[in-house]
Amino acid sequence: MTALDAHLVVERETFRLDVALRVEPGEVVALLGPNGAGKTTALRALAGLRPLTAGHVTLAGTDLDRPARRVWTPVERRRVGVVFQDYLLFPHLTALDNVAFGPRRHGLPKREARAKAADWLARMGLAEYAGRKPRHLSGGQAQRVALARALAVDPALLLLDEPLAALDARTRLDTRTELHTHLGEHSGATLLVTHDPLDALILADRLVIVEDGRVVQEGDAATVTARPRTDYIARLVGLNLFRGKGDGHSVTIGGDFTLAVDDRVSGEAFAAFSPSAVALHPERPEGSARNCWPAVVGSVQHHGDNLRVILDGPVTVAADVTPAAVAQLRLAPGRQVWAAVKATQVRAYPAG
Amino acid sequence: MQADTTVPAPPRRRPRRRAGRAPVALLVPAVLGLVFLVLPLAGLLVRAPWTSLPERLAAPGVLTALGLSIQTATMATALCLVLGVPLAWLLARVEFPGRRVVRALVTVPLVLPPVVGGVALLLVFGRNGILGAWLDSAFGITLPFTTAGVVLAEAFVAMPFLVIAVEGALRGADSRYEEAAATLGAGRWTTFTRVTLPLVAPGVAAGAVLCWARALGEFGATITFAGNFPGRTQTMPLAVYLALETDLQAAIVLSLILLTVSVAILACLRDKWIAGS
Repeated sequence: MTALDAHLVVERETFRLDVALRVEPGEVVALLGPNGAGKTTALRALAGLRPLTAGHVTLAGTDLDRPARRVWTPVERRRVGVVFQDYLLFPHLTALDNVAFGPRRHGLPKREARAKAADWLARMGLAEYAGRKPRHLSGGQAQRVALARALAVDPALLLLDEPLAALDARTRLDTRTELHTHLGEHSGATLLVTHDPLDALILADRLVIVEDGRVVQEGDAATVTARPRTDYIARLVGLNLFRGKGDGHSVTIGGDFTLAVDDRVSGEAFAAFSPSAVALHPERPEGSARNCWPAVVGSVQHHGDNLRVILDGPVTVAADVTPAAVAQLRLAPGRQVWAAVKATQVRAYPAG
Repeated sequence: MQADTTVPAPPRRRPRRRAGRAPVALLVPAVLGLVFLVLPLAGLLVRAPWTSLPERLAAPGVLTALGLSIQTATMATALCLVLGVPLAWLLARVEFPGRRVVRALVTVPLVLPPVVGGVALLLVFGRNGILGAWLDSAFGITLPFTTAGVVLAEAFVAMPFLVIAVEGALRGADSRYEEAAATLGAGRWTTFTRVTLPLVAPGVAAGAVLCWARALGEFGATITFAGNFPGRTQTMPLAVYLALETDLQAAIVLSLILLTVSVAILACLRDKWIAGS
């Protein structure tokens, strides 16, 4: 049985969230999207911290929220665990008592609740921090205590709101790996809300991408990264993306710019290529690249070890080049260059 | 996939307290204010009959009045805590029509002359009062001119201090902790006792201290509603007032005792609760 089946409709004055979600038991789904896309609203609706306007939240076959039938289960009676963005560990309780809080509320005697909490802390590798107050925990430790606290109530649905956003870059890396392990062990459904594509790609089995309150694409990491369907996703995965009209081995963008492609497409189609597939030349190149056009350098930025050049022209394109190439070509804003992309480097796929 | 290399933001400079002398325009009124507050207390000390102090302290009635004052102020504070903390929670956490009016009503005892408060209490809890008559006939309970009446009068005047302090603390506390508690299976009552109350404990303590101090010094409502019976309703402020008519020296001694006890207790509580937060 599907663990979570939800159609979330939440209306505010200027914003409407309308997202359908299904999560299987043991599956980790990432809700990925830019700030303001409605991710946190979706999470709050699932947890019961915000009522739906329409639609439904069904967990393990039971309706928790279905306004049409006036069904509503309050937060405290939902089998949902939440890891909040800044953890919200109770500052007046020790790590152990924070984790024991849920089991206690679920009717476990104090001694058993604390034993269960100690067990969870041990699983998180935090046994020796049990007696510490949250303010004496590092960010990574607090994150794991928050995860233990959410899991200790044995939730059918685990919700994580930007679980790594509050950590510094180094802690983030370690914590992400650990979180991946713990999420793998969770037998219930897991929904992760994040704006960080790396978190989503590493932690989730499936991505659901929301923009402006709607699902714009969903699928596994490989599909989403290879075939982005919106500018936002293309930027996330670092691809140049264009929408145009396919005609055999070419895609025409904006009426007069045509990209030669290897894939065969017809009708509305996307064409995508990596910034590293773009070669820059001072003169019109003689080589084998079938796509070649004059462009003007818009800006040059650091990008990892390379430099990213934004090119204006018939289409705006990002190109990754080495610092040596930048020096050699004297790439500065306003400079005229020729851009070339091999047809084999361009992926084309239908937009319908 | 690579992450864009972002240029680290320049470290934000911590605003340093500016060195140098305080401006005269602030310093002068500040010192004047302090003198204004301390001078009358100094006057008490200067004019105190230090030589006859021991026997005056032992005079009958002095310790009784002091004991009654501390006892009633403490009971009034307890009553204010029991009723005032939930009231503050209601004002801070529950949206209901007329909330602003209720908030204004809560502060009425602050601006009402305490004597008027005492009269109002008499009209409600007096033997012929709206509630008093019923309490008398149904349970045989009489409140005016009893120790319980003193507690009631003090609580009436002191409760706004507690409610305002606790409401402020509740508004300042992050209500998302309460959401977190709810996701862990805590109902509203458990959330209140296990999470909200511990979070605002320093605010509650500060409010209780203010409330206690106000109750200890209460005069007008007490004398109107509870009268001035030694051993039963005669608290220190009442004793001071009475002594003033017959024996100024005794009034000074009583004032001195009240002053010493309240300053000592307030200083202790402040150190323990307020400074620690």
